[in-house]
Amino acid sequence: MPESSRTIISTAPFLHDQATTPRIMWEVVLSMMPLLLAGFYFFGLSAVLVTAVCVLACMGTEWLFQGGAKLRDGSALITGMLLAFTLPPGFPLWMAFVGGVVAIGMGKAIWGGLGQNIFNPALVGRAFLQAAFPGAITTWELPDGQYLTGRGGNFSLPFLKADVVDAISGATPLAKMKFSHELTNWSDLLVGNTSGCIGETSTALILLAGLYLAYRGLINWRIPIGIFIAVATLSALVYGSAPDRYPPPHFMLMAGGLMLGAVYMATDLVTSPLTSNGIWIYSCGIGALVVLIRLWGGLPEGVMYAILLMNAATPLINRYTRRRVYGHS
Amino acid sequence: MHSDQSYTGSLQTFRHGVHPESYKERSSASPIERMPFVEEYTMHLNQHLGAPSKPIVREGQRVRRGELIAEAGGFVSVALHAPVDGTVVAIDLFSHPNGQMQPAIKIRIDPYSTQRMEVPLPEIPVEQMDYQAFINGVQQAGIVGMGGAAFPAHVKFAIPEGKVCRYLMLNGCECEPFLTCDHRIMVEYADALIDGTRILQHFVQAEKIFIGIEANKPDAIAILREAAGSSGLPIEVAPLQVKYPQGAEKMMITAILGEEVPSGKLPLDVGTMVSNVGTIVAVADYFRRSKPLIERVLTVTGTAVQRAANLLVPIGTPMRQVVEYCGGITVPSPRILLGGPMMGMVQKNLDVPVVKGTSGILILTDKEVQSFDTYSCIRCGRCLDACPLFLNPAKMGLLAKNGLWDELEENNVLDCFECASCSFVCPSGIPLVQSFRVGKSMIREKKARENK
Repeated sequence: MPESSRTIISTAPFLHDQATTPRIMWEVVLSMMPLLLAGFYFFGLSAVLVTAVCVLACMGTEWLFQGGAKLRDGSALITGMLLAFTLPPGFPLWMAFVGGVVAIGMGKAIWGGLGQNIFNPALVGRAFLQAAFPGAITTWELPDGQYLTGRGGNFSLPFLKADVVDAISGATPLAKMKFSHELTNWSDLLVGNTSGCIGETSTALILLAGLYLAYRGLINWRIPIGIFIAVATLSALVYGSAPDRYPPPHFMLMAGGLMLGAVYMATDLVTSPLTSNGIWIYSCGIGALVVLIRLWGGLPEGVMYAILLMNAATPLINRYTRRRVYGHS
Repeated sequence: MHSDQSYTGSLQTFRHGVHPESYKERSSASPIERMPFVEEYTMHLNQHLGAPSKPIVREGQRVRRGELIAEAGGFVSVALHAPVDGTVVAIDLFSHPNGQMQPAIKIRIDPYSTQRMEVPLPEIPVEQMDYQAFINGVQQAGIVGMGGAAFPAHVKFAIPEGKVCRYLMLNGCECEPFLTCDHRIMVEYADALIDGTRILQHFVQAEKIFIGIEANKPDAIAILREAAGSSGLPIEVAPLQVKYPQGAEKMMITAILGEEVPSGKLPLDVGTMVSNVGTIVAVADYFRRSKPLIERVLTVTGTAVQRAANLLVPIGTPMRQVVEYCGGITVPSPRILLGGPMMGMVQKNLDVPVVKGTSGILILTDKEVQSFDTYSCIRCGRCLDACPLFLNPAKMGLLAKNGLWDELEENNVLDCFECASCSFVCPSGIPLVQSFRVGKSMIREKKARENK
């Protein structure tokens, strides 16, 4: 069956709501533009380059697997942008390209295309990159106001050692916390003036975009709220028990990829549960896993794995949160 | 979205549902006009659910307006009457709005008749009849549910052994976009509506009578509140939230009583009888004026008709003449719908007669209804939030697409009453309700085969 076909209607209903799948997708893309601009502001041209390469790889792979008609729904563009937003600005472009191919190819196409995949495609791509290139994906740079110079690693070539000599590396707030117990200023976290992935640093901008998406009904507000509640509650308990050893809740909420994950990744329509009850289980599960991994796991960040794990649980959650049908006991 | 909502806040309603644009403004203020008589009338024997009526006239026979021309063909069937003084010119197969050729009685009007109906009143007043005589009377009057389904009214009015009717509900929701005939009936025929209610109440003896009206008809609510107040009947006019499908029987019961009708059961199983307001007016017409169901109010509207109107049209009138009376069609390739846009049927052309179930004739441009793009399901869950029965249309759509009829049945597709809310909201334009219709008939066919 061709994926996008015109349907001649000969049976009711003859009215249709305004929202269409492409319109939903393009509006999400629109909401991400400020984040891209912020990435450019903090990390310069590198942010734009990495994003462009990821988008190119995703859309090219989509075209290869599904044909040109599929590109119109805009979902591959979103995957590309989201993948880029989770990568360091100095990430080698060829690796970013590989990540984009994997995101669409292994994250979506092999499942049967849009709507059939279990895992968030952008995070599948990112998980692959983390496994394949653990060094490059944890090489961070500080915002330095140099807009036009590509970052050190961007133009390194495959099978050659990445040229990191020029890079001004700086640990992320989460790494500083984990490995040297150094708390980042909350105002820097809010604005995004810290090292980190391209689209994850500005808490305020992501929150604004989330409010817009929730207001427009494009994401389920319960997902970010559930994650925030779970993270805040659990980390407050832990912090309360030993304030000198653990980070405070506001830091847990604002640092790293939590905001981006809660607003843009966990809310992926395809890979989140369908019913409200299911969504509360899913979102609180993500929040709990994030706290668990960040505080007691080996890695400083846990948002990606938390979401992927709860993605895996989604079919099960859907099964156990089936709603009572009207008129049935 | 619902532009003409004047009651807001905490109005009673059901959970879920959708908010389509109402499109009612074009005809809601037009008073009911009597459609002039035309030359020929085609009276289909099969214009209600159940067995077709049996003709008792022959070709060439003269008939009077209101005279019986076909009797009920069984219990679930009703009588049929001549809509005009005239002559039976043919009993043959004619085009039916359902798309088939079906038996009908064609009557040519007597051009010299005054068309005054002269039928004697029933011998005994309806209040002195017993329940059975009342039920028989409703059947003989040819009355069917006027909301569109055309289910014989007497079957609904009969209370089976062991059941009680605690609540009588009049359905004036009219939640389908475009349609305004029930609205005008409530505003203009309020007295007949209360009188018909009095007759029905005399027999069913309900504790309480509700008139459910969507809050976008404040004039109908006000008029019926006043009429109900002076009637001495235990009537409560219940303004309901403007939401589709508020007028579905189960949804209205849930909105007013907060109770659910169990799956596979009828409203009387929760002590409730529901009837469309037009049906109740037909009851009053027959028992007070001896006028059987020979005409009905319908709405002619849509963007591609010259003039929108609410018309009192004799049954059997060719739809082409009804539309011409409204100034005709304004576009070269119109799309014609019978009933509302959510549950109505598409009609190839206007060469079919008005039947008892014709609640509206919608003339839209082909651009408005022709086609839309379909995409993959993105599991956004909008259909789950729309379904008033809390079904899982996304999953059911996938099952139906793959022909998994047994699994589809396990997912309660037979509960679906095809309100089309799921298809309305689906951003990917997936034909959900359309596939459920196919699935339901496949399941029923399979069951019929197994029972043989």
